[in-house]
Amino acid sequence: MIGAAIYAILSKDILYAVIATGVISLILSGLFYLLQAPDVALTEAAIGVALTTIIFIITIRNTVRFEDEHDKKEHIKTIEK
Amino acid sequence: MKKVIVLLLLAAFGYYLAATFFYIDFGISHFTNGVRDYYLAHTVNGLSVANTVTSIVVSFRGFDTLGEVTVLFLAASALGSILYKRRHKYEERVVLFPSSRIVQAGSKLLFPAIILLGVYVFIHGHLSPGGGFQGGTIIATGFLLMLLAYQDYHVSHNILSIVESMAGILFVTFGLLGFIGGGTFLENFLPVGELGDLFSGGVVPIIYILVGFKVGAELTGVIYTVLNEKDI
Repeated sequence: MIGAAIYAILSKDILYAVIATGVISLILSGLFYLLQAPDVALTEAAIGVALTTIIFIITIRNTVRFEDEHDKKEHIKTIEK
Repeated sequence: MKKVIVLLLLAAFGYYLAATFFYIDFGISHFTNGVRDYYLAHTVNGLSVANTVTSIVVSFRGFDTLGEVTVLFLAASALGSILYKRRHKYEERVVLFPSSRIVQAGSKLLFPAIILLGVYVFIHGHLSPGGGFQGGTIIATGFLLMLLAYQDYHVSHNILSIVESMAGILFVTFGLLGFIGGGTFLENFLPVGELGDLFSGGVVPIIYILVGFKVGAELTGVIYTVLNEKDI
């Protein structure tokens, strides 16, 4: 979970960062379930994993995916390899 | 100078956060006294609701729930007003690639099941984990699936707003009905029934069903607005 959080901060690709936050929410909802709070776990699973991630992904699709032009070029290079 | 202030603020915030976590052991279930005993005693005896969390959220702290629903409503309407365009002109959604036939057929199959799960979650909110917010979100996810799978699938904003405002008005009405007999806002006025029955808990399941409708309609509206937004 901490690894996913650090990755979400450090990642230049916003799409990967959003998916990493989704992974954080998934682990967090499992943690809530283990701490005997199934209500909160259900909320976290529905809102954190599904809805927030998807709204962010739609927003990325409508805006830009990379923080600056340099990262975009790097990404295109890795795809072409 | 600015950086020093920011660092100081972060340090103070971190100190208080660390202190809070230092005094509470991880996973401990009882660290406060006071209202806890009252809630636990009155949930089963006075209200006969099986799920203590639901009784706190809807009955004892029902006014907070009204506030939460209002916050969600404000957020949804703010999003709608920011992304406002000519409402009467709906074109096809811009998709990167259209869904395949398998995805479309699968979504059609899954959609009623997801809606049923959402409705189940908020109808049984006073018996099992979950409730209005969770059920409403699950319903919105079902609509999201259909909106992603079918490019020409549309939900009516008018129906959504009618459902949402009716649920909100009925919430406040049921709250105000608690004043009958000298009670307080959201006071239970219906017979509570047997513990564990579907029809138990008095006004609690009704409020949670209304919250479920409201949250589902709001989040579906949010998703629909965001999905129909396109860059020009």
